[in-house]
Amino acid sequence: MEFERRESPFGTPPTDVGSTMRQVLYALVPAALAYVWYFGSGFILNLFFASLFCVAGEAFMRRVRGKDVEYALLDFSALVTAALLTFSLPPLTPWWVTATAALFAVVVAKHLYGGIGYNVFNPAMAGYVVALVAFPAYMAFWPAPRIGDLDYHYLTFYETAQYTLTGTLPDYLTVDAITRATPLDALKTGFENMQTFREIHNNPLMGDFGGRGWEWIGNFVAIGGGWLLLRKVIRWQIPAGVLAGVLLPSGILYVLGSGLHASPGFHLFSGGTILCAFFIATDPVTAATSPRGRLVYGFCIGILIYAIRRWGSYADGVAFAVLLMNMAVPAIDHLTRPRIIGHSKHEKDKA
Amino acid sequence: MLAAVLTATLIMSCIALAAGLLLGFASRRLPGTTESLVDRVNDLLPQTQCAQCGYAGCRPYAVAIANEGAPINLCPPGGAATVERLAELLHREPAPLVEPAAAPPGSVAVIDESACIGCTWCREACPVDAIVGAHHYLHTIIARECTGCALCVPRCPVDCIRMSA
Amino acid sequence: MNGAATYDLGPWYGGLRLPAEKAQSTAQPIREVPVPERLVLPLAQHSGDPAQPVVDVGDRVLKGQLVAAADGILSAPVHASSSGTVAAFQSWPVSRRFGENAPCLVIECDGKDEAVDLAAAAVDYESMQPDALLRRILEGGIVGLGGAVFPTAQKLMQARSMTLDTLIVNGVECEPCISCDDMLMRELPEEVLGGARILLHALGIDKCLVVLESDKPQALHAMADALSALGDERIVLKQVPSIYPSGGEDQVVQLVRRTEVPSGGLPTDVGCLVHNVGTVAAVWRWICRGEPLISRITTVTGDGVLHPMNVRARLGTTIADVIEFTGGYAERASHLIVGGPMTGKSVTTDRVPVVKATNCILVLSRPVPVGDEKPCIRCGECAEVCPVVLQPQELYWYTLADNPQRLRELGLRDCIECGCCDLVCPSHIPLVSYFRRSKARILELAAEKERAERARRRFESRSQRLEIEQRKRREDLAQQKLSAIQAGPEDIRAMVDRARSKKSDE
Repeated sequence: MEFERRESPFGTPPTDVGSTMRQVLYALVPAALAYVWYFGSGFILNLFFASLFCVAGEAFMRRVRGKDVEYALLDFSALVTAALLTFSLPPLTPWWVTATAALFAVVVAKHLYGGIGYNVFNPAMAGYVVALVAFPAYMAFWPAPRIGDLDYHYLTFYETAQYTLTGTLPDYLTVDAITRATPLDALKTGFENMQTFREIHNNPLMGDFGGRGWEWIGNFVAIGGGWLLLRKVIRWQIPAGVLAGVLLPSGILYVLGSGLHASPGFHLFSGGTILCAFFIATDPVTAATSPRGRLVYGFCIGILIYAIRRWGSYADGVAFAVLLMNMAVPAIDHLTRPRIIGHSKHEKDKA
Repeated sequence: MLAAVLTATLIMSCIALAAGLLLGFASRRLPGTTESLVDRVNDLLPQTQCAQCGYAGCRPYAVAIANEGAPINLCPPGGAATVERLAELLHREPAPLVEPAAAPPGSVAVIDESACIGCTWCREACPVDAIVGAHHYLHTIIARECTGCALCVPRCPVDCIRMSA
Repeated sequence: MNGAATYDLGPWYGGLRLPAEKAQSTAQPIREVPVPERLVLPLAQHSGDPAQPVVDVGDRVLKGQLVAAADGILSAPVHASSSGTVAAFQSWPVSRRFGENAPCLVIECDGKDEAVDLAAAAVDYESMQPDALLRRILEGGIVGLGGAVFPTAQKLMQARSMTLDTLIVNGVECEPCISCDDMLMRELPEEVLGGARILLHALGIDKCLVVLESDKPQALHAMADALSALGDERIVLKQVPSIYPSGGEDQVVQLVRRTEVPSGGLPTDVGCLVHNVGTVAAVWRWICRGEPLISRITTVTGDGVLHPMNVRARLGTTIADVIEFTGGYAERASHLIVGGPMTGKSVTTDRVPVVKATNCILVLSRPVPVGDEKPCIRCGECAEVCPVVLQPQELYWYTLADNPQRLRELGLRDCIECGCCDLVCPSHIPLVSYFRRSKARILELAAEKERAERARRRFESRSQRLEIEQRKRREDLAQQKLSAIQAGPEDIRAMVDRARSKKSDE
């Protein structure tokens, strides 16, 4: 009897890129639901536009580069970029801000660097940074969370859609009436006004740790992240590193700093710390690859997040921290390469 | 306003110039490795010793490249691959080969023994002594040592040497 | 004392816990495949040079008779697996070449299975000198039955030139599906232990570790019982956890001897020698029973055969005959692998014979299509599972960049091609194939460099020789000139007379 030939090994691979990315999307669902609960339907509209433009950009670039388009959509990586962008952008954003961010992320940050696997910078963060620097006013447009006891008008779905699509608010509303400072914004302005952390924290918008509403989203992101860890989609080194990198300096300065620094819990549950730890920094293409390297990478991201928040002029430092550390990844990989079995510790490879 | 822009541009240009000079100096003068440049260039050459480059062997050519800036595209047996590797090592622009190789890579010379007259002219030509044979006796080529430089082929007065793959 | 120990093992890295898939083939005892009508014996069943035939077409041969002699330093003989007539020397598909042809010796069996005088061939090894014992082992055609088929006698000879303290008998069999060593230890533990004692004598050492995987309880009991019956204090059983590839040679040394084999080195460099249980049992059969290596235990398994089992087949039986004996193929059989699912060879035809390396016949159904290879996403899973702590993703990138020097520095030659990285890659990159190709390229470049080095040395000696000749010529000329200047008028007249007389002679 005759047979066909195959290459060893002859097993079924346990996983593939598409299923890995899909797991990430599933893990974001609880957080997305919490987001919509607290901040309304703007999230869904943003997600729609981000996904549309990410997928369209991906398909277009793959066609232009002569690669198969179908796979581009099957590996779900464009959708993950879109989801992470949506979490980063304010829930009330004109569609063209979202579109710019999405297109930059996929076309420039990903495909112009060579496509998936070859990009140096995290696409979602690169897209967000472009929107942040190019449209700073729109990126400060954060509504108040739906915590029930505020004198605040929560936009209906129709009003949200109207703003997203046309950029105009209903006549009886002004921008100032709708926006509220995020907890990190409040922290920064508070410190500039020489307030202590306790005073800032007494604001009715603040919850136990971070802002009310925000910390619940943080919880759900952590649940999703924990699920990814259990499913071994991500490994523990990067989340542990990021969290340690944020908690350590904030903890030290909080204890020693006589009230002029935010608590570690505040930093943990505000802004994108937990999202960064489990979803953004863990993007495999742009992160370090060796286990020790990942710890170093995550830790440095955490330190940079804290540094930018504390001493920089932006309220949240997640995006910049990630992009800065992306640049350092080749060096980190080189310096943290583990010793090969059978080689001595002194055999340093000459690069 | 304009003064500020001009000042900034001037300062940046000066910094860039200084950095460029420093880097250039470092890359040329400071020792990168313990191996001399000549050795490293020589390692990249195919050691055919055929003198097609115009120098009397691979090491003289290496010396010329390293110390006298000789062009790096003179070695046909090395082929385009050697030109590229030399370009990378020396930070120069690669260029196409000046001359194509006299024989395809991997070929060895073969003497047609029925025609050989034992004149020893080919033996004197071989740069790696891969031809054996005494005066008036049959000559033969040690195939394992032949580098394919084809310097023996034009020397034979009865044209009994050919290159075979 | 002879109980198995899982503790005090060395550190372990990476690897995969794979489903064993051995239950189906170990449910019944080893069955003996009857001698087929025709035996096809490849002349190259071992590493090294092929054996050279010592019989002619038409000769009658007996079971156990030498039909091809070892040729050269690294070679092994081949013996007839049954009695019959030498029918031909012809090219026949072999598993070593994935189903392509190789020179083989074909024997038409007469069904009588008449043997040479085996009892006469058996020797009393304890009274033999180690060198004589090693030569005897060579004559039995014994090679490594774990898959590498390195001639055992030569391996032992090399080992004797090093300082050894431990013999390791490798019964780990970590690869899924393969269970021939398990069954050997269950049914014939005395052969394994007897062989170990022969090797201890040949090597002149007194410590032996027999290593099993922890998922082989019956084999462990059988071996433990046989060992306590034997009462040899030099032999100790050890268990290792069932992680693939804990049974690789370097990996076993790392685990039970707690020392790393240096890169590019051998276990003998750290004082131990590793042999497969099958090899050791084959040594016993040859030395104590006079039966050279003419059969081996093979696992027949996979979802493409109807009845998985372990069989003992005569070397030279075609795989088609073996499968027919076990009950035939299943409907969905579509790939034939000789070896295990991680490191086996996919062959094109079942006409290939069972040879010394055939530890498993694995018939698989059509796999689920996984699509083409995708770009590497740097997930690092491959690095997590590499037992040698290599960075397969970096090796992959440098293979694509065709950078052999960097590949060497990153340890490509230490890759044992276990296939763990390949299996876990989410982008389905065929890493093992890439690494095999790079290794070949590195060898090619090393050979090229060596040639260039030889040419350079010859050029330099030639230049030196020419320079010496030139200098000598100059010196002679100077000397002649000097003597001409110093010559008086009588000498000159004598020279002129000599020249004139020479001329007149012509």
